[in-house]
Formats: sequence, C-alpha cells, structure tokens
Amino acid sequence: MGSGTSTRHHSAFQNAERTFKAAALIQRWYRRYVARLEMRRRCTWSIFQSIEYAGQQDQVKLHDFFSYLMDHFIPSSHNQREFLTHMFTEDRFAQDSEMEKCSDYESIEVPDSYTGPRLSFPLLPDHATALIEAFRLKQQLHARYVLNLLYETKKHLVQLPNINRVSTCYSEEITVCGKSRSEVAFPIFIYILNGLPSPERSYVFNGDFVDRGKDSVEILMILFAFMLVYPKEFHLNRGNHEDHMVNLRYGFTKEVMNKYKIHGKEILRTLQDVFCWLPLATLIDEKVLILHGGVSDITDLELLDKIERNKIVSTMRCKTRRKKEKQMEEKGKANRKSSAQEPIPWFLPQSRSLPSSPLRLSSYKAHKTNRSSSIPCGGCLDGRELSRQVRSSVELELERCRQQAGLLVTGQKEEASRSASEADSEAGELQKPTQEEWRQVVDILWSDPMAQEGCKANTIRGGGCYFGPDVTQQLLQKYNLRFLIRSHECKPEGYEFCHNRKVLTIFSASNYYEVGSNRGAYVKLGPALTPHIVQYQANKVTNTLTMRQRISRVEESALRALREKLFAHSSDLLSEFKKHDADKVGLITLSDWAAAVESALHLGLPWRMLRSQLVNSSADNMLEYKSWLKNLAKEQLSHENIQSSLLETLYRNRSNLETIFRIIDSDHSGFISLDEFRQTWKLLSSHMNIDITDDCICDLARSIDFNKDGHIDINEFLEAFRLVEKSCLEGDTSECPQATNAKDSGCNSPGAC
Amino acid sequence: MIHKDKERIIVAEFHKKIKEAFEVFDHESNNTVDVREIGTIIRSLGCCPTEGELHDLIAEVEEEEPTGYIRFEKFLPVMTEILLERRYRPIPEDVLLRAFEVLDSAKRGFLTKDELIKYMTEEGEPFSQEEMEEMLSAAIDPESNSIHYKDYITMMVIDEN
Repeated sequence: MGSGTSTRHHSAFQNAERTFKAAALIQRWYRRYVARLEMRRRCTWSIFQSIEYAGQQDQVKLHDFFSYLMDHFIPSSHNQREFLTHMFTEDRFAQDSEMEKCSDYESIEVPDSYTGPRLSFPLLPDHATALIEAFRLKQQLHARYVLNLLYETKKHLVQLPNINRVSTCYSEEITVCGKSRSEVAFPIFIYILNGLPSPERSYVFNGDFVDRGKDSVEILMILFAFMLVYPKEFHLNRGNHEDHMVNLRYGFTKEVMNKYKIHGKEILRTLQDVFCWLPLATLIDEKVLILHGGVSDITDLELLDKIERNKIVSTMRCKTRRKKEKQMEEKGKANRKSSAQEPIPWFLPQSRSLPSSPLRLSSYKAHKTNRSSSIPCGGCLDGRELSRQVRSSVELELERCRQQAGLLVTGQKEEASRSASEADSEAGELQKPTQEEWRQVVDILWSDPMAQEGCKANTIRGGGCYFGPDVTQQLLQKYNLRFLIRSHECKPEGYEFCHNRKVLTIFSASNYYEVGSNRGAYVKLGPALTPHIVQYQANKVTNTLTMRQRISRVEESALRALREKLFAHSSDLLSEFKKHDADKVGLITLSDWAAAVESALHLGLPWRMLRSQLVNSSADNMLEYKSWLKNLAKEQLSHENIQSSLLETLYRNRSNLETIFRIIDSDHSGFISLDEFRQTWKLLSSHMNIDITDDCICDLARSIDFNKDGHIDINEFLEAFRLVEKSCLEGDTSECPQATNAKDSGCNSPGAC
Repeated sequence: MIHKDKERIIVAEFHKKIKEAFEVFDHESNNTVDVREIGTIIRSLGCCPTEGELHDLIAEVEEEEPTGYIRFEKFLPVMTEILLERRYRPIPEDVLLRAFEVLDSAKRGFLTKDELIKYMTEEGEPFSQEEMEEMLSAAIDPESNSIHYKDYITMMVIDEN
C-alpha cells in the first residue's frame, strides 16, 4: 500500500535525519570540549614558563646588584672586605694551588662499613655500569671517590679544545641529549631506550646536567664516569647550569651539602673548577654544531676556539680586566646625562652603541612585542621612576656604610684602589677574560632563537640574546655548517625545529615542570647527518591517564605556583585594586581585576582565561577584593603570628633570600650569624626598594633565633615560612620509566625495571 | 545614552577577551595565528559552532588570497559580532543527553564501543581517527566496553567547571 510504504520511508528518513543530527550535536559539543582543554594546556604552559623566566630575571637582578656593590663599594676594614668577598666565591684563582692539594682525596679514609662502589682508575666500562647499578639501588658514592673522579675528570677535560670535534667515521651513530633530568632514573632510561655508550655509539650531552632535581650529584658521576671510560665517544658541553652561581639558587649546592656534610665544600670547589673546563660546543663532521643555548650576530667560532675557557668561572658575573672597565665607565659617564642613572650590568649584550635608556625588564609576553633594539639595563623594574628610587636608595645605603666605615668618598680614592687591585690581578696567575670573550661565551650558553629576523638582547633570561633566522643563516654560511642543535628551552614535544629546520632544540627532560607537562626527546645522527628524533614520556602514571587528566594535574600544579606568586604580591595587588575602586566600596569588576593583576605581576598571562580558576567568589561580575586577598593568604600562610606584610615581602624574595644566605654561609654550615642576617637584609632591601624598618628586622631575626645563641639556622628559618623548595621533599616521580612513544620502530621496547 | 555606554563597555571587555585568546596562539607575536587554530580560539571563547559554521567563519576572516594565517585585525570585528549576537551557544546538558538517547534506540542507557565508533565516524561531521581515539580513552568503561552516557556527561560537565 502506497501510503504505508511512503510512511515507512518517511519515518526511516526521519530516523536517519535524527541520527545524523544527534551525532552532529555530540561531535560539536565534543570538539568544543577538546578546544577548551587545549586552551587550558597552553595557558598552563605559559604560567610555568613565565614564572621560570621571572625567576631567572630575579637571579640576574640580584647579581647585578652585587656586581655593582663589588665594583663601587670600598670596604675599609678587613671584615667588611671579607663579608663582601664572600658574596662571590669566585676567587678560585687563589684557590688553584689549593686545588692541587686537594688531590689529597687519597688522605680521605673510606670506612670498612662502606658498601657503595669503590672506584679505581683508569676506569673500566664495568666500573661505570656498576656505578649506575649502585645509584639505582640508592647508594651514595663516598666523597673520596667523588673527589677522585672529579680530579680525573678535570685532567681529561683540560686536554679538550673549546669546540670539541667529533666524527661519524669512528662511531656509526651519535646521540645528542639536551637538558637531563636530575634523577638517576634518567640516564638509566636513556641507556635502556638507546643503548649504553660504546665505541659504536657516541653520546653528546648538551649541558644542564644539574639543578632542579634530587640526584644531580649522581647524574654527574655517571656522565663523568662514562666520559672517562669512552673519552673519544662520550662528550659533554657546558650549559648555563654548570655554574656555581646558578647552582646556589637552583638546588645543586644544597643537594651536595646535604649529601656530603664533611667534604661537601671541597666537592663544590672542585666542581666549580670542573665546570669551567667543560667544552663550550661540539662539532660533528665539521657540519653540525651542538651548543647549549644558541648564537648571536657576533658569534665568532675562531675566537671561541682560542679563548681560555676556564677563565669564565660563572656567566652570572664577569670580572673583566679592569682597563677595559675603566674605559667603559668613562664612556658611560658621558652618556649618563641623558639616561636615568643605572648600575650598568656588564653581562648584558650591547649592540654597537652604549646603553642609552633602560629597557623595561617586563613580562614574558612583552618580549615579543618589544621591537626596539635598545639595550637592556638590568636593575630597573618599571621604568625610570623605580630605577631612580633604587639608585638613590642604594646610594643612600652605600653612603651610610661609608660613613660608618669613616671613609671619605672622593673620585681619587676610587681610582687609587682600582689601580691597586689591577696590580693585584696582574700579579695573579690567571688573566681575567676580556669583555668580548666573556660575551661570546654568555651568548653560546644563554641565547634563544626567535622567529623574527635580527638579534636582540634576551631580556627574559637576562643574558645572551634572541637570534633570528638570518643570524643562523649567516653563521651557517660563514662556517660552512649544515645546522645547529641546541637545548636550553623546554618544549612540549621534547624537540622543535625552527629557522627553516636549521635549528633543532632538543630537550630530554620529560615532565619538566610537572608530571605530564611535556615529553622528552633525543636525536640520533648517522654519517648522513640526518636528524632522527626519539620521543618519550617517562612516567608510568601518565600512560594510564587520559589527556584530560594529564592536563588537569599539570594545570593544578601551575595554578598553585601562580597563587603563590599572587600572594607574594599582595600589597601591590591591593594598591592596584584600590586604583579601580575610587568610591572605596570594596568592589571592582572582574575586568578591572584582570588589568590590576597584570599591572602588579607583569607576567603577561591571559588573566581573563585564568580568572575562573583563580576567582571563585564573585557576584554579579563584581569582586570583593579584600576578602579575595585574605583567602589567598589563608592558603599560603602557616604562621599567623608573624606580621603579614613582612612575611609577604620575605616570601616574595625567598629565592633571593635563600641564595644570599647560601652565599654568606661560605662554610656551608647552614648557619649564619644574626649580624650577617641583618646586614644582608639591609643591602637587599635597599636594592629591592623594600620598606622594612631596622627594628622589624632585628625583631624578626631574634624571634627566629630559637635557642638564642646568636645564630640562625637557614633551613629552620626558611622552613618556618614554608619557604624551602619542595624539591627536597618530592618523592620519586619516575620509579620505573617507560617510553610511551618512539618514532623509531627499530627501537627495542624497554622492559619494566 | 546609558544603553550605548553600557554596550561600549561590553564591547571593550569582549575585545580584551578576544585579544587574550588570540595571543595565546600568536607564536610569532605578529598578530597572526595559524588558521588551524582559529577553531580552538573561537571555541574557547564560549562558542560552539559546527565544523561547517567554522569553515564559513574562516572564509570570512581569511585574506583574499589565503595565506594560512589569520590576522587579528580581521578576526576581532567578526568575533566581537559573534559574541554580541550570542551566536553558536553551547549545548545544554539535557539536549546533549537526548542526543545520546536518540542513538541509543533500545534505551539501554549505554552505547557499545563499536556503536559509538560507528556513529562518530560515519554520521554527522565525522571524527578523525585521533579525535575518536581520544574520546574513547575517556568515555569507554573498559570492563563493559561501553559508554554509559549519562555518567559520562556528568563527569565532563563537572570537569569543565
């Protein structure tokens, strides 16, 4: 029957249409969900990066300040000189003779009860693998063997050129790893995935072996051991973390002192030496250049080949030859009339002209919009206003110090002492590096590639530069190279090509910010020099998590860090909020909230996107900002009895504080005297333009000195404010690493450990 | 006129939101984004267009000679209009539930894995393999090899908030 059939057809058609529509609806909804996840992922990444770079900037500002002090403050008494010299334990030149004495490791007794590995030299492959096994079992290498190993390592490194030449003739394949994870599981993992080093399998580790993990010492031991066993096949490049100044902040120094209470100092001193003997770059087949950071438009490989690389003890501060400094000073004075007065940091790259106006050390995002090629000038936070304030408060402080010291400040006095120290240094064994040499090395270790053409100062990191594709091209052409491999930046996929595939960033530490934050990768090169990438993500847990769960975890971690930062800027935030609340109602719009937060924090983050995660108490699009701040504080504080504004200030500067403490605590005992604490705080607060009275500080210091013996236990102090880095307390995140993703089907799948 | 003022404020706020979302994907900081990211940007601003609608939008904001990049100057007015008109509103939970129920003709309360795959890859605006795999990883209950859509929706909605 006609109508029956057509009804059936009709309803069938309707059904089909309904199904189609339903499916389309679900897909539409799902795609939006995925898009929002993606956005969250990106925002999370931005948070981590901007906080990390802000931390690096802090480091720079701090050392900038100390440099200035060292160069301009003339201590009258020996004590004062001592105090300030301790700020920079760089005087290794004097220690060189001490160093040879340190091959006194032989005098260190190893007790019979020691069950860890015992090394004998020359090292054999079995020793190296035994070392790995021992560390896997969480044994600790005895200080004697550590020092022995370091001593042998130094002997080896000294023979190497600045730019290490490697050929694929000898070993068929070369694997390049960038930025290790400071956990013992890391090299084990790499070797399982890729195979142990051998005459057929070369390795290049591209710097940054230490910091931000708990096993940096063990990582170094493993790397050095393999280097000694396979000197022709195992290569290390220096990274910006192979630097005792950076180590002070990022945890390596602490780790060494915790593990080696008696000999830690010696180990650190020896390491300082070893680090500056690490080669600066590796060149494969004269075609592929591997270095840690990048290049700049003035990178001169011939010059780099010739310099005495061990003169560059730390890239954070440069003691250059005085003569040049005087010249720069002269020129600088002439220019200063036009610019806001600023301590001129030597280590920031200067284009052909001298510093003119201070560049804002602004946010992560801002670097992208700041097209000007004007020269950055370290210490200013927010334009001329603040820089003038800083300058004047530092001057005031110096004035006070000088007056206390009974000094008369005249230009002549400065000249006199300067030429005196010049004579001193010339009498010393080693010449200091020139400005040029130092800059070349900083560029290699700190620079990052950028998409735009040109070369400009790397204001985010505070050292090195951003180099464009034209700079890369120029360099490759000049030296007839094929491409560059570098590390230095964390990439979500573990690697990234840029500059027309002429620059490869390789980042081997997966889960760098947090479990699930990123993949790691290494690259293999055969005689054809075609890069072959292997990716992985080393954590059992991430395998079982869905994308959504992974993103949530990482996001939570990022938000926690961000909330800490917000709390640390509570007073700034309050004043910014008040600006938007003219009627003093206590309410501001959510839009104003976003603007205010950016003004206070300068992180360049998408605050409107993040708002729903940070603000959960708004009605009608309006926010009661005072209670919001109070809630923030509640989350962060554990001791309500301490004056909150002081606490907040300390909290904000805690990394700086900790770094300074460790510098002052030159015997690494973990204790500083009340007086040292007060002096430190005075200096820091005048530089950072912090308004805390002397009395407050004295009270604080006294209240922390629990046993009233005139000493402050650094760790206790920091712990009291929950300021100790979580890294000490973090458990094992990568017990049993497994690769989730290997692009090379030829790779054996790793078994579970 | 109060109304005009209010609208101006709203538009200003929209502009800031749109700029923020755009900048997240503006890797080279030159006010352009890869055209393939436009969908993500639009969706993260609260809109829920179909793929077809998305293609039309892209056509609107693309250059006369498509470069593979979308410029902010072109994107901003179009996106502002969309937000003002409240176009492409998100799908309410109950509507979503009903859609699943349509597919679950036997009214069992779940769809098998194979059924889900079939519908998502053959009907509507089909998923790519990647999209399908990703949805399966979170949606499918491994023991029963099926998706209990009511619970699934609830879980996703909580997660969103």
